[in-house]
Amino acid sequence: MDAIINITINGLATGMLIFLLAAGLTLIFGLMDVLNFAHGALFLWGAYAGIWVFTQTDSYLLGVFAAVIIGILLGYLLERYIILPVYGNHIRQIMITLGAMLVLGELVKVVWGPNVMIANTPAILSGSWEFSGILIIKYRLFVIFVGLLVFLGLLFLLNRTKLGLVVRAGVMDKEMVQALGINIRKVFLGVFILGAAMAGLAGILLGPYTGVVYAEMGLEFGLLAFIVVIIGGMGSVVGSAVAALLVGILGSFASYYLPDISLAVNMLLMLIVLIFKPSGLMGTKEAVK
Amino acid sequence: MDTIIETINVTKSFDGHEAVSDVSLKVSKNELKSIIGPNGAGKTTLFNLLSGQLKPTAGEVLLSGEHVTSLSPTYRTRKGIGRSFQITNVFPNLTCFENVRLAVQSKEGVYYNMLSHFTSHKKINDLAHEVLSTVLLDSKAEELAKNLAHGEQRKLEIAMLLALDTEVLLLDEPTAGMSIEEVPKILEVIKQIKETQNRTILLIEHKMDMVLDLSDSITVMFNGALLADGKPEEIMANEQVQTAYLGGLYNESS
Repeated sequence: MDAIINITINGLATGMLIFLLAAGLTLIFGLMDVLNFAHGALFLWGAYAGIWVFTQTDSYLLGVFAAVIIGILLGYLLERYIILPVYGNHIRQIMITLGAMLVLGELVKVVWGPNVMIANTPAILSGSWEFSGILIIKYRLFVIFVGLLVFLGLLFLLNRTKLGLVVRAGVMDKEMVQALGINIRKVFLGVFILGAAMAGLAGILLGPYTGVVYAEMGLEFGLLAFIVVIIGGMGSVVGSAVAALLVGILGSFASYYLPDISLAVNMLLMLIVLIFKPSGLMGTKEAVK
Repeated sequence: MDTIIETINVTKSFDGHEAVSDVSLKVSKNELKSIIGPNGAGKTTLFNLLSGQLKPTAGEVLLSGEHVTSLSPTYRTRKGIGRSFQITNVFPNLTCFENVRLAVQSKEGVYYNMLSHFTSHKKINDLAHEVLSTVLLDSKAEELAKNLAHGEQRKLEIAMLLALDTEVLLLDEPTAGMSIEEVPKILEVIKQIKETQNRTILLIEHKMDMVLDLSDSITVMFNGALLADGKPEEIMANEQVQTAYLGGLYNESS
C-alpha cells in the first residue's frame, strides 16, 4: 500500500512537470503548426538559472522568478529569430529547432560547467508528512499543487477570456481567424512566450524534485513532452494534461515493477493510442497526415 | 455616387494561365453588385484579389481611393473589406455565440484588454446577440456550430461578417450547397442587410432569378475577363451576355 501510494504521487508529480512542458508545446503546434524541438532548452535554462539564483540568494521565490524570466526571454528570442524565418516549413523547423536545442544545451555547460548542479529543497517545503504509517514527501505534493494551479489557470484563460477565444478558434482554423481581421502572428508570439514561461517554471520545479539538474535533461523532457502532446491530441490542453498524468504514472509504476521496459512504456502507450485514435485522445487534427 | 472599390487592370495568372485578365471594375458605395459567369470565369479569384487572399500579377486594387494592393487580408478586413467563402467557414467547436463574439471582439480591437473575461463586456455581447437575431439564429446561440444545419451555418457565417461591421461585404455563393427550402431564408437575410442602406455588397451567385431581383447592378465575367457591367435590365438585354452565359444557362435549366 505504502509503495503504491508513493509511486502514484511520484507519477502525478512527474506528470505535472511534463504537463507544464507539453501544454505550451501543444498550443504552439495546434495554433501555428510549428514543431518546436527547442522547447526542452527553455526548460533546461529555467532549471539552471532558477537553481543558480536560488542557491545564490537562498530565496526559492526569486529562483522561480528567474526561471520564468529566462524562459520568457529565451522564448521571445527563439520565436523571433529561429522560428519566424522557417515558418510554414516543417523540415526546416525540425532542423533548426533541434540545432537550437543542442546549442542551448551545450551553452549551459559553458556558463555553469559540465558537472551536474545540486539542487536543494527549500526549507519550507523539505521533509515529509506521515499519514498512518505512509510517508509523503512535501515537495512532491507542492509540485502537484503548482501543476494543478497552472492547469486551472490555463483552462480559465482558454475558456473565459478574449485571448482564449482567439486561441481556440485559431487551433481550429487559423486562416479564418485572419480573415476576421485578427493578427494571429501576434497572438502566436504571446502563446509561445506563455509556453516558454511554463517550461521555465517546470525547470525550477524539477530541480529540488530530483536533487540535481544536468544538461541532457532538456532533450529528455522535451521528447517526453512531445510524446504527451501526440497522445493527448495536438492543440488540446486538457488532452495534454490527461496524457501527461498517464505517462507520469505509467512511467513511475513501470520503473518500480518492470524497470527493464520503463523506457519503452511511453512509446507503447503512444503506439496504442495512435492505432485506435490517430488524432490523439482529445485532438481534432490527425498526427500523421 | 462615390466609388468604394475599384480595380485597375488587375490580372492574376497561375503558371501562365490567366484566371483573371485585365479587369477594371468600379463598385459604388452602398450598392449591391452581383458577379455572375460560368464556372471558371474567375469570379472567386477576383474575390480573392479584392480580399487579399491573392496578390495580383499586375494591376491595382483601391478601397475608397486608397491603394490596398499590397495589404494582407487581416489589414484589409480592418480597413473595411469582409468576405465569406464558397465553402462554409465557421469554427465547428465553438458555439454560435462564440463564433460571432470572436468577430465582434476583432472589430472592437482584440488587443485591448485581452485578458478580461469575455462575457464581461455587456455592449459586445449585446452586439453579438443583435447580429445573431438579424440572421434569425438567436435561438441557436448556445449550440455548437458543427451541429447546425448547412443553411444555418451559412447564416452564421454571414452573421460573423456582419459583426465585423465592414463597409464592404463580399459574399461568395451564399446559397451554395443549400437545400431549396433554405434558400429563401438566406435571401431574406441578404435583403434585410441591403435595406439598411449602409453596406456595399458584392455577391457571387449562380441562381439568376435571385440576382436579378436583388441587384442594383450586375457584372458578367467570362474566361477571366469582364464581359459586361450594368443594370440588371441592360445585362438581360445584352446579346453578347445572352450567347456567352445566359443563353447557355437557360438552355441547361429548361
